[in-house]
Amino acid sequence: MRGIIHLNNPYGDDKAIESCSIFGMMDTTGRRFGGRDVIRAIANMHDRSNGLGGGFAVYGIYPQYASYYAFHLMYLTVEARWDVEEYLKQNFNLIWAEEVPTQKTSGIVDPPLVWRYFLEVGNLRSEGQSEDDYVANRVMEIDTKLEGAFVFSSGKDMGVFKGVGYPEDIAHFFCLDSYEGYLWTAHGRFPTNTPGWWGGAHPFNILDWTVIHNGEISSYGINRRYLEQFGYQCTFETDSEVVAYAVDLLMRRHELPIEIVARIMAPPFWDQIERMSRAEQDLCRTLRQVYGSLLLNGPFTVIIAHQGEMIGLTDRIRLRPLTVGVKNSMLYLSSEESSIRLVCPDLDKAWIPMGGEPIVGRLKISEECPGVVMPQEVEVS
Amino acid sequence: MKTYLPPKFIVDRNPSRCIQCQVCVNQCSFDVHYYDADDDEVRSHEENCVGCHRCVIFCPTQALTIERNPLDYRENYNWRPEIIEDILRQAETGGVIITGMGDDKRQRIYWDHLVLNASQVTNPSIDPLREPMELRTYLGSKPERVEIEPDSLELKTYLAPQVELDVPVMFAAMSYGAVSLNVHESLARAATESGTLWNTGEGGLHPKLYKYGHNTIVQVASGRFGVHPQYLDVARVIEIKIGQGAKPGIGGHLPGEKVSAEVSLTRMIPQGTDALSPAPHHDIYSIEDLAQLIYALKEATNYQKPVAVKIAAVHNSAAIASGMVRAGADIIVLDGLRGSTGAAPKIIRDNVGIPIELALASVDERLRQEGIRNRASLIVSGGIRNSGDVVKAIALGADAIYIATAALIALGCTVCQQCHTGKCAWGICTQDPKLAKRVNPDIGSRRLTNLLRGWSLEIKDMLGGMGINALESLRGNRLHLRGVGLTDTELEILGVKMAGS
Repeated sequence: MRGIIHLNNPYGDDKAIESCSIFGMMDTTGRRFGGRDVIRAIANMHDRSNGLGGGFAVYGIYPQYASYYAFHLMYLTVEARWDVEEYLKQNFNLIWAEEVPTQKTSGIVDPPLVWRYFLEVGNLRSEGQSEDDYVANRVMEIDTKLEGAFVFSSGKDMGVFKGVGYPEDIAHFFCLDSYEGYLWTAHGRFPTNTPGWWGGAHPFNILDWTVIHNGEISSYGINRRYLEQFGYQCTFETDSEVVAYAVDLLMRRHELPIEIVARIMAPPFWDQIERMSRAEQDLCRTLRQVYGSLLLNGPFTVIIAHQGEMIGLTDRIRLRPLTVGVKNSMLYLSSEESSIRLVCPDLDKAWIPMGGEPIVGRLKISEECPGVVMPQEVEVS
Repeated sequence: MKTYLPPKFIVDRNPSRCIQCQVCVNQCSFDVHYYDADDDEVRSHEENCVGCHRCVIFCPTQALTIERNPLDYRENYNWRPEIIEDILRQAETGGVIITGMGDDKRQRIYWDHLVLNASQVTNPSIDPLREPMELRTYLGSKPERVEIEPDSLELKTYLAPQVELDVPVMFAAMSYGAVSLNVHESLARAATESGTLWNTGEGGLHPKLYKYGHNTIVQVASGRFGVHPQYLDVARVIEIKIGQGAKPGIGGHLPGEKVSAEVSLTRMIPQGTDALSPAPHHDIYSIEDLAQLIYALKEATNYQKPVAVKIAAVHNSAAIASGMVRAGADIIVLDGLRGSTGAAPKIIRDNVGIPIELALASVDERLRQEGIRNRASLIVSGGIRNSGDVVKAIALGADAIYIATAALIALGCTVCQQCHTGKCAWGICTQDPKLAKRVNPDIGSRRLTNLLRGWSLEIKDMLGGMGINALESLRGNRLHLRGVGLTDTELEILGVKMAGS
């Protein structure tokens, strides 16, 4: 989509630098809950954003359409909607289409048209291509080729809502208190060099993967060049985009589990590696040797989510904050502990994880698969 | 024939300081100083002076000053003094002008037009005195991805041989024969102590130095001097030398006078015979022939050592490098226009090849475009002067850097460009035992170790300033570079933005 790049990064800077508030909340039993607490929690960190971007990702949101790809689209013009709907009809079985319900909100100026579509791939993909790859390619095609339209959510049974404004205003605009999901993430943005653009807000999404990010990645230049080798085009030139693509490459395409991905993006230091067991040394050394270009250097905290899993991770020397809270089956991740305490004053446990240590919340499927994967010293209650 | 060549330097001896001790007479290997016993006075044959400063440094009373002979010709930008004197030299000898060291001409030094970034406000800089700062580098071919057993998290991918460097600066190829054995020993010991590698050059490895094999790159060049099974076995890396930045397209020539008994033993040629390296390898006339040699060497060493291929940076480097990677090279070495030499035709040294910065940028970019950058490490050499150049080279895409001239300067070299004469007064580029003992390997290795230590501290400071704590996050990260005073085309080839943008 021509124009979007200019809108997002009008000065053509290498990357949009930003700082942020992030919050995530997941019920590992899979119980669905409303957005009230998430909205209060992110609003509590109002001062960490500057009104130029807020957004939410909700998982388990469309149970009635759970087997279809749910596309959320932003349109700058009505004509763009016609083009996209024509495109969708040609490339998918269109199960349902509707305008996303919104309400007038004082802090939200000049919003785009927002529609959602439930889509089935059917027999339209070519042989040997997975449904996910087919959908990911169509998303890239709409974003780059159809003018005035942008896909900001494209997973199954999940949805992203985002735009320019404080996160609590975005929540009000999208009527988020009327939705229910078992996993919510939220983001308030503080970009330092852009007037803000609806698509540039977080979460970044491809398929059912979402990334919210607080940080500035000083390795951006090489992360981006490395990802370009695998066909990713970093058109938005924000740090967060490379995180999203790195996650897609490592977890979806290279099929690496999050424990491994954490050791690629925030690896242990060489002298830590040397103190490990032989097998662990081999593993960590090989990962750094092969994926050194995906080490995310500089300050960052990310919350990565996909169906059934929420992951919090900081850079390896923890230059941006992350606090973890646990209450029964609920896992909280937040930039600030105060926001967790606001919505859950009597936590079982709250702690600050080590730099580079992933905090993983998973849906409880059985006793063998605990919901929250904690550091070794901490007992799972 | 009366020479029309004027002296290059004036030897200014302060009579009130000179004590006729004759240290200068003994130190000068070019017969500049001599003692006139009748007059009890030390005098000079200034026409022999090469400006190496050996006498100046060793004069106990600081009585000596060496000045450039001003010798003002009528001003003419085309017919500069050097050009006039080269013509005179050839008119008197009828030969090819041979010289030492690297290209000294004014082609643009791109390092001087690149500047680095630092963190301010939005991103904290990192203090290497208080936080870990990692320079470790692994050379060798890497696969595109790692496979993991999903349940046990066990590694299913095994890598080709990798070589660990504690500092991304290695000593480039200088053969025993060109330099003295003491220089080889200094380099070998410093590389071992600093956790890096040194390179034998194409003259074989003296058995005395086999014990440093773990930090040694052995070279296989077109003359195949000194190549035998044990030579390959002791090495950490094997480097096939196709070309050299100082003399792309031509071979090498070690005059018989430098082939002493020890050199003859190491090179496996008769004593006193000229060692001629042909211009091409006569078993490599094309890229598929290179693949055969690469795999012959891998077979010979049981696939336990990375094989590097070194070429001079020339116009088609990017395409050639791509072919080399596909032919099985684990490491690509690019030697640029300013690459140095023990002896090369001056006209070739100064006119053939391209600057290393441009070659590096285009090779790294091409390998990425083809998705094969991970398959080989990229090493550059040719005129790298300090840690700033190192950091810029890594940001452009190099995995590691070779230094040679800088290493020799650490040992005393003053870049007087007389390497080809075999008379090096600093004992570096000579086989004269009286001169060679001037390099003491105990002291030489310490000077080299100090240099690498100083550079690595500086590299850590620069990294920390950019908010980076591991070298791999700078490697190929051209956003940390900006260009000053470069044209759009230069910026485009370097893949770097103009400062201020």
